[in-house]
Amino acid sequence: MTMQRYSALSLLGRALTGHRGWQPQWRRASPRPDYDAVIVGGGGHGLGAAYYLAAEHRLARVAVLEKGWIGGGNTGRNTTIIRSNYLFDESAALYDHALKLWEHLSQVLNYNVMLSQRGVLMLAHSVHDVQVIKRHVHANRASGVDNEWLSPQQAKEFCPPLNIGDIRYPVLGAALQRRGGTARHDAVAWGYARAADALGVDIIENCEVTGIRRDAHGAVEALDTTRGVIRTPKVGVAAAGHTSVVMKMAGLRLPLESYPLQALVSEPVKPVFPCVVMSNSMHAYISQSDKGELVIGAGTDAYTSYTQRGGLHISAHALEAVCELFPIFRRLRMLRNWGGIVDLTPDRSPIIAKTAVPGLYVNCGWGTGGFKATPGSAHVFAWTIARDEPHPINAPFTIERFRDGHLIDEAAAAAVAH
Amino acid sequence: MLLIACPYCGVRPELEFVYGGQAHVARPADPDTLSAKDWADFLYMRDNTRGVHAERWRHTHGCGRFFNALRDTRSDQFLGSYCIGAPAPTAHDPQATR
Repeated sequence: MTMQRYSALSLLGRALTGHRGWQPQWRRASPRPDYDAVIVGGGGHGLGAAYYLAAEHRLARVAVLEKGWIGGGNTGRNTTIIRSNYLFDESAALYDHALKLWEHLSQVLNYNVMLSQRGVLMLAHSVHDVQVIKRHVHANRASGVDNEWLSPQQAKEFCPPLNIGDIRYPVLGAALQRRGGTARHDAVAWGYARAADALGVDIIENCEVTGIRRDAHGAVEALDTTRGVIRTPKVGVAAAGHTSVVMKMAGLRLPLESYPLQALVSEPVKPVFPCVVMSNSMHAYISQSDKGELVIGAGTDAYTSYTQRGGLHISAHALEAVCELFPIFRRLRMLRNWGGIVDLTPDRSPIIAKTAVPGLYVNCGWGTGGFKATPGSAHVFAWTIARDEPHPINAPFTIERFRDGHLIDEAAAAAVAH
Repeated sequence: MLLIACPYCGVRPELEFVYGGQAHVARPADPDTLSAKDWADFLYMRDNTRGVHAERWRHTHGCGRFFNALRDTRSDQFLGSYCIGAPAPTAHDPQATR
């Protein structure tokens, strides 16, 4: 099936003819007996990796296996924030690689991912926050990543609803990354799925991996799934919170723990909020979607869990912070809240790497902030799978860094969850 | 919010407790001879079980004592709690865990 290209003209043409003739965006594929490479996990990172395997590495037979539906995991459950102002060179390079791909993604995929570079404001509430955030600003500027320091008054000018007055944790300043912003999360999954499908990638939903078969040398040779055995020499696992479960099938333990992370949206209101605001210390993230809903990110629960829900007191805590920082939202009603399962590494940096099992690759550990990295992560993961060696950008993000002590310690850098 | 049974104080709300991660991760008996890989296993590698998970909790805003509990991470249902030093009960016998 050739991909039906979207444009203003095609939209106008269909509008004039009753919107008949729109094709499904990807085929409903059934698994073939064997593939060159199989991606486990049909979220943004997995679909993107399949797309780049087909588009840039010319692998002809690639499949994506998803146990549920496309984009139904963390890709559809996050707060859609995009930024790249991480402290360490390794992280800034990875996330800025992603941000540069974001900036052209709609054109490349011929699919509007609704990237909105409205700016991400990160608030400082204490002397410690000021020092940490200014250190980030300086480190970012030295490595060519845009980030700037704003006084409380400048922050208020950039985001008028912000209360910089007499509150329990006053706003002492903020970092602003103007290239940061949001994108439409579903569109990212669908756009990659459609573009990958057009290149021959089989996207197989409702197909859960139940076992990883290995040959006499220990290398991957096939996957057991709920839809039969699929033979393949290369398996890339992008299973987010369930990575430990999948990797255990190959006898591997990873430095991961899975926690529920919650988010919620309000009733829709007229455009009132011009940017993304994050307060790590008070633990709330907020932006306004194009539909008008305020999208609010809360924290993780204290304990590991796979339930895709979390304690109500975690959401309530985020709402208290939002109401203090933005008093105009105090009478808004919340419409929905939900949880996703995020896999946290001890240093809060991801793993995109080969494993001890030949032919088995893993992309995990994105913790609470994987959405922003989607295109960059997918791009370097595909490189790693296709060439059996890491791209220079993901070379530091190994599993072995925990053995060798080369941590990329964004956890300590931020001093809070992020 | 979870209700958690402290073996010393009884059932209390989650906010009184601090989570302590996977239980029964034994500190190495002879740290001086440990390889880098074994250190990494002890410090960082975790089972991250989807199912019945043995874990540590501390009743910080109560008796202040550590204890272990079995919880099903698919449902967050507690199967029981038991004292530090006791072996992990089998998941099939939750009655034996108090």
